[in-house]
Amino acid sequence: MSDKPKFAMYWAASCGGCEIAVLNIHEKILDVDANFDVVFWPVAMDAKYKDVEAMEDGSILLTLFNGGIRNSENEHIAKVLRKKSKLLVAFGSCACEGCIPGLANLSSTKEIFDTAYETVSTDNPNHIRPQFEYKMPEGEITIPKYYPVLKTLDQVVDVDYYMPGCPPESHQIAAVIDLVIQVLQGKAELPPKGSYIGVGNSTVCDECNRTRNVKTVKSFERIWGIEIDPQLCLLEQGIPCNGPATRSGCNARCPSAGAQCIGCYGPAEGVVDYGARLVSAFASVIDSNDPDEIDRILDGIPDPTGQFYRFNLAGSLLRAGKAAWDKEKV
Amino acid sequence: MNNNNTFEPVIIGFTCNWCSYRAADLAGTSRTKYSPNVRLIRLMCSGRLDPTFVFKALANGADGVMITGCHPGECHYLEQNYKAMRRFHLMRRTLQGLGVEPARIKLVWASAAEGAKFAHEVTSFVEEIRALGPLNWGAGENGHKAELKSTPQEALA
Repeated sequence: MSDKPKFAMYWAASCGGCEIAVLNIHEKILDVDANFDVVFWPVAMDAKYKDVEAMEDGSILLTLFNGGIRNSENEHIAKVLRKKSKLLVAFGSCACEGCIPGLANLSSTKEIFDTAYETVSTDNPNHIRPQFEYKMPEGEITIPKYYPVLKTLDQVVDVDYYMPGCPPESHQIAAVIDLVIQVLQGKAELPPKGSYIGVGNSTVCDECNRTRNVKTVKSFERIWGIEIDPQLCLLEQGIPCNGPATRSGCNARCPSAGAQCIGCYGPAEGVVDYGARLVSAFASVIDSNDPDEIDRILDGIPDPTGQFYRFNLAGSLLRAGKAAWDKEKV
Repeated sequence: MNNNNTFEPVIIGFTCNWCSYRAADLAGTSRTKYSPNVRLIRLMCSGRLDPTFVFKALANGADGVMITGCHPGECHYLEQNYKAMRRFHLMRRTLQGLGVEPARIKLVWASAAEGAKFAHEVTSFVEEIRALGPLNWGAGENGHKAELKSTPQEALA
């Protein structure tokens, strides 16, 4: 074993995009290898949970944890890695705020299982469902328990730093890795615990180069429905752009390319509830004082819950839709 | 709390300093009786109402939220009550997507002279919420706090 500081990365309920983003730092990945001993990274190397469990507490310097907490296995590993790691980073939108897997919190467990095992694209003539426990002659076997709501990492364990993004931008990952290496060499200091790292402290609008005037919106539009002015603020053109509530750090990539911000960097500094901030922002730009006309204009946002909580539902104040709290048997 | 016969709704009411709070004051000084279920919070203006306040109230155990302000055209700050109205409409739609009955939030205009109207609106809102039953987001058996305590097996049982 080398005496280099130890590094781990884990994926819970996630898509694997965060791992790709880490590999997208290109040759900087060699710096990771030069400065760290990678002890646990299921997507990149073989490792067993029992090996991690056997490690000394606090022996891993840096753990990047991506993915939400969907089942008991996710929670178990989150707790193990918390114990073993000095710095636990909620890495990517899923770990920070639930992200797309968190949208399952709009549905009951039964609805989710019905969709997964019984819809037309699934060939399941015998209606086979997962059994969480099964008695075999040799003894009982189990699979991880499925939780009724997806939780964010910090709803389960204490988190040192947050690095949002779906996925975090590679240049930001490279900057964070540089920072940690500089800290190791005594050239820099770590930010205070609980900080957001690899991000800006303002909103996407602040990084966006589009021209902004007074916003007045008579109708909400989809990007394929209108001719988009390449210079003008998208929200001003009636495109529901989530920039006003979203944390900066991505260099406003989507608005620069003519697509609205969908909010993957999560709530900006000081925003308690991301969706509530957007409700406020969008309602403020509507150019009408007539209740019926307001309703007509709002019809242009057919799914406000999805629009405002696409990445943030599990981390929001309400955390889930009412259906998710139902305790129907699956 | 879960028994509808004894269910007393918890209502958070947001009032504006210039009209609806004074309406509530007038209802009080006129000895007008209305349901005691409402907890009033005074803001300077209904335009100050950040939707976060409403979501937080519901997440922490309120069964309904009442937003009140000056009549349209009579806002002390010119037109902020229109802003409150637009936010109210969008909030209701967003809450509906989360499975919260839109009727759990209500918008009421009341001038400083309308103590009787204010009292009537509170009482009728309390009865509407009583009919809907408890929301139980924060505290009930299906709420966060219970879910966080329960083991996964119990949650699926």
